[in-house]
Amino acid sequence: MAVELRSESFDPWQVLHTHQNEKPELAGKFGATSIFVGTMRDFNDGNDVQAMTLEHYPAMTQKHLEAISSEAEQRWNLLDTLIIHRYGDIQPNDPIVLLAVWSAHRSESFPACRYLIEELKTRAPFWKQETTGANSHWVEHNTPG
Amino acid sequence: MSITVKFFASLRETIGKSDVSLDADNITTAADVWRMATDNHDPVGNMLIAINMEYASLDETVKDGDEVAFFPPVTGG
Repeated sequence: MAVELRSESFDPWQVLHTHQNEKPELAGKFGATSIFVGTMRDFNDGNDVQAMTLEHYPAMTQKHLEAISSEAEQRWNLLDTLIIHRYGDIQPNDPIVLLAVWSAHRSESFPACRYLIEELKTRAPFWKQETTGANSHWVEHNTPG
Repeated sequence: MSITVKFFASLRETIGKSDVSLDADNITTAADVWRMATDNHDPVGNMLIAINMEYASLDETVKDGDEVAFFPPVTGG
């Protein structure tokens, strides 16, 4: 299980490649890897969005993302989980979040990955502030999943 | 009793503060913390509360040394 909060842009595919290579003990053990990548759009609620700032409550965010990962590992038979989440200034097309779940079978990895993103969206203390034209505003709710 | 108070995002802007240190004896609940830290600002309808980084309610008891945070609904992911 790994949870990382990053202030800099990241390549989710490179992160996955590196993470998996650093776990040679899992080679041959996992038959399913389920992944969710959340990426910043250039539109929201009918507005063009030029940029976004993602504020967070650092220690509480880390604590709850680790708790969510532990809950998924208790609920499903998983081999590993990974959560990477951005904070700070974000541009359209930047990845915001990467979630990955490794398990022997897809019947474990798919629901676990879904659980991670839905719980993250309701429990992890992040707040998006979007820049639209000359104005900025706080995003007040998540898009339904 | 000493309490560290934090406000985040739109609630920080509404209250005009990010961090407050309270040192008073007449604090029992998170609601007392809110009143003292915000100079009696009305509670914001959809705000969330965390005590020591666990979600809580306004009527929850606080103790010396606690960190109490107030913030709007979360929008990560």
